Amino acid sequence: MREQFPERPFASRAWVSRWDLVLLPLVIGVFFFLAWAGSQTPAAVHTGGSASISLSPALLPLYALKSTLRMLAAIVVSIVFTLVVGNWAAKSRRAERILIPLLDIGQSVPILGFVSVALLWALKIFHNVILGAELAAIFGIFTSQVWNMAFSYYYSLKTLPKELTRAAAVFQLSRWQRFIRLELPHAMPQLVWNTMMSVSGGWFFVVAAEATTVSGHKILLPGIGSYIGVAIEHRDLGAIGWAIFAMFIVIMLYDQLAFRPLVAWAEKFKMHPTEGAEPTSWMLDLLRRSAFVEAVTELARQMLVRFRRSRMPRILRPQRERARIVRVSPRISETTWNIGLGVVSVVTVFFLARYIMRGTGVAEVGHVFLIGFYTLIRVIVLVFLASLVWVPIGVQIGLRPKLTSMAQPMVLFLSAFPANLLFPIFAFAILSWHLNPQIWLSPLMILGAMWYVLFNVIAGAQQIPGDLREVADSIGLKGWRRWRRLYLPAVLPAYVTGGLTAAGAAWNASIVAEIVSWGGHTIKASGLGSYIAVQTAAGNQPKLVLGIAVMIIYVLLMNRVLWVRLYRIAEERFSEA
Amino acid sequence: MSALIELRKVRKEFTGPERQPITVLDGVSFSLRENEIVALLGKSGSGKSTLLRIIAGLTPPTAGEVLYKEKPIRGTEPGISMVFQSFALFPWLDVFENVRLGPEAQALDAAEQRRRTLEAIDLIGLDGFESAYPKELSGGMRQRVGFARALVVEPDVLLMDEPFSALDVPTSETLRDDLLDLWRERKIPTRSILMVSHSIEEALLLADRLLILDGDPASIKAELPIRLTHPRDRNSEAFRALVDRVYAIMTRPAAPVVGPLAAMGIGRRLPSANVQQMLGVLDEVSEQSTSGKLELAALADELEMEVDEIFPLVEALELLGFATTEGGVLHLTDSGEAFLEADILERKVIFGRSLVERVPLARHITAAIEAEDDHRVSEERFLTELNEFFTDEEAERVLEVLVAWGRYAEIFAYDYDSGEFSLENPTAEEATD
Repeated sequence: MREQFPERPFASRAWVSRWDLVLLPLVIGVFFFLAWAGSQTPAAVHTGGSASISLSPALLPLYALKSTLRMLAAIVVSIVFTLVVGNWAAKSRRAERILIPLLDIGQSVPILGFVSVALLWALKIFHNVILGAELAAIFGIFTSQVWNMAFSYYYSLKTLPKELTRAAAVFQLSRWQRFIRLELPHAMPQLVWNTMMSVSGGWFFVVAAEATTVSGHKILLPGIGSYIGVAIEHRDLGAIGWAIFAMFIVIMLYDQLAFRPLVAWAEKFKMHPTEGAEPTSWMLDLLRRSAFVEAVTELARQMLVRFRRSRMPRILRPQRERARIVRVSPRISETTWNIGLGVVSVVTVFFLARYIMRGTGVAEVGHVFLIGFYTLIRVIVLVFLASLVWVPIGVQIGLRPKLTSMAQPMVLFLSAFPANLLFPIFAFAILSWHLNPQIWLSPLMILGAMWYVLFNVIAGAQQIPGDLREVADSIGLKGWRRWRRLYLPAVLPAYVTGGLTAAGAAWNASIVAEIVSWGGHTIKASGLGSYIAVQTAAGNQPKLVLGIAVMIIYVLLMNRVLWVRLYRIAEERFSEA
Repeated sequence: MSALIELRKVRKEFTGPERQPITVLDGVSFSLRENEIVALLGKSGSGKSTLLRIIAGLTPPTAGEVLYKEKPIRGTEPGISMVFQSFALFPWLDVFENVRLGPEAQALDAAEQRRRTLEAIDLIGLDGFESAYPKELSGGMRQRVGFARALVVEPDVLLMDEPFSALDVPTSETLRDDLLDLWRERKIPTRSILMVSHSIEEALLLADRLLILDGDPASIKAELPIRLTHPRDRNSEAFRALVDRVYAIMTRPAAPVVGPLAAMGIGRRLPSANVQQMLGVLDEVSEQSTSGKLELAALADELEMEVDEIFPLVEALELLGFATTEGGVLHLTDSGEAFLEADILERKVIFGRSLVERVPLARHITAAIEAEDDHRVSEERFLTELNEFFTDEEAERVLEVLVAWGRYAEIFAYDYDSGEFSLENPTAEEATD
């Protein structure tokens, strides 16, 4: 597989655009409002409705199934959201200007902190702990995976080849035909890849979201995540082993039965077929050759045709692409709209400031920024260390095709495996050997995230042209100089994509990694992640949202200042053409 | 004979980067009558594809009228179909599904869709390939799918945007002959064909009438009926005479640029010509004739170039004063001779002198660099100035051409990373490494 992890078309050229300035306060403001309103009338949270989890390994298949179903539900919601919002952003310029920065902010939101706010609301609305918790968990998984999918769909629509859209217009395709014959197929390879990446990243959140604490009450949803949570409480190393094993099986099945067949299938929709070996999947071959599957799809197709004939809604009828007369945009309403947004944002900032002053105080804000800085340092150091280790290894692997074809699936597997299942083992070790948690808890943040670096570097190194390597051989470019002149520049674009994803994942992971427990003991490192976790457990809404807001700001800043710049340099300097 | 399509004083403007209108077509009037094939010929960038898109209803004219069967065109019409230069096939659909797009859009019932699709596939000689994906087909077969897809909707008017230019010579010949057979034997219901082309020979082989588009903004510069009988022989006396005539028309100078800054002259569209190719042309002329004159048709033949490849070179040579054209014949000038005869370093000097003397934009840029204390000027400034005349894309293209010429002549240095022009030659970077 020669894919890379999702590329992110950045919203704006500048590192901060005026839309950020308007939208960021709005987003944080909405959080504040939700948290504030949610805490005004405390929901009837009682653990009575919460599931009780048995540590018997015999029940694990059932728990695994439930975790998987949660994932499935979230992905369905994500796909619907992607198609609607991506389409909207691509077709309306006004929507585009707001939605795209919003998606960018969205992917910087620390999901784990935010799930508890969602949970509070879900409980309020549904008055049913299990249902509310289910919905909040699914919502959390959804928010962890939807952004890059929506981005990729939007981007595909924006990059539809002009010739094809013209042909679609000349042959007067209906809206439905346009969608099903042109837009969706064109988006398919990227959409499938991003969806699969999202699902892989999502296992982490499934595990985390199944055991949440809200206002001091622990709420458990039956699944692998809650199973391991209970195992930690009981200090049951055996049960933890079983949970890791079960997850291993789940991820393997997912990899073989969903991920690989889908990626191989999406190959068909590529404008320019992959060079070299196409991704393959035994499952896909099986499906393609099976007479039963063929019969079922044919039946479905016929039913669809019949349905369409009987109804024939308007969007299915031939469409005359009305040549639109280019209008100079109505400036007055545009200005009004912009001013309106600006006013709303200023008002939000005002109320935010007042609320923070009263609820938490200025000192607290300063404190949160300070501990945010600690976490920032951790993320930077860890990504740096991970790069130091995995870039050379990744390049070496990528240069060897045989090794690559073995390593790639393994790395994909590792990136999907929820690292938080391994946390208790670390906690156990830190406690046993009396290690300093400030330092030794940090590696947990990067444990699941570093594979993104490795995977992308392998993919990048794979594409180093053979003739460049031959030139390097013939002029005797060796050692460090060879790395500096050939390998590092060649993998930089791929590395940036990987590093960006890894850093984002590390921020998210900090919420569960900076504070871990083992039985009655809780080990904590000071940082923004543990702050958010503590405030979540305590049900202190203003502080929780303050923590979330500060983390969004840090993540955005790091993306814009570091990664976007690197990305541009990589794009302009090191791409051919 | 009634007109199927009629254009009345069509003008097309694009909105420039500073919201100023940039006119690409102005005062274009002609009609497409029944039973004729019309070829639209023009240099690259002359707006011929834009004109075709206007007729297809893909983009509206800024002013003027386009009538189809005496009614104004307001969008794409079921009776007007199109074949694309790049084929524009949907790569994820097989041949059958690609061709079926039209009937499917017309919401015919399934059996009728199938019948029509198969008929079109048979007609164009694609039977047996129904289940093939475009990527499995050769270029020629792909364009056959393009034709089948356009013809399956039984259009009155078939528009073709350089349909053969992405194909190799034998393939395009076969496909052209097949199309001509279908047309002449009335196997297709199409009543009129309009083809955009950049190949004079191709246009003369197919068309009953030739329209030549030229100028900035472009308009119909000449109209030429072609009364040769089919099959046409490209080596016949009459055919060669027509080729020469078209070259003569196309090299006739177009109207000069008018505009506020036109006096400065930086708003001239520099042709995309590279110096090595210009030298190649000069070399060919001096080799072929001792008098330093050569017919453009012969030159194009000799260099195996099409109109849109050779005209930018000719234009650049004229602009730099290395050659002149008259009646389709290229003459080497004295400075052209000198340029050709010089050695590598002298050539740069001669080229640089011509460049600064004769190309206002080059003069403007060198003067601007001189005027700055640190002798550095950002490209943004020139792009902004060029934007008064051109779209973003065109401004970048023009500046790119000038950068290439200027670098060759060593009249300035340009740094890609910073986008800066400077006087100095690039200093040896990282000499310590």
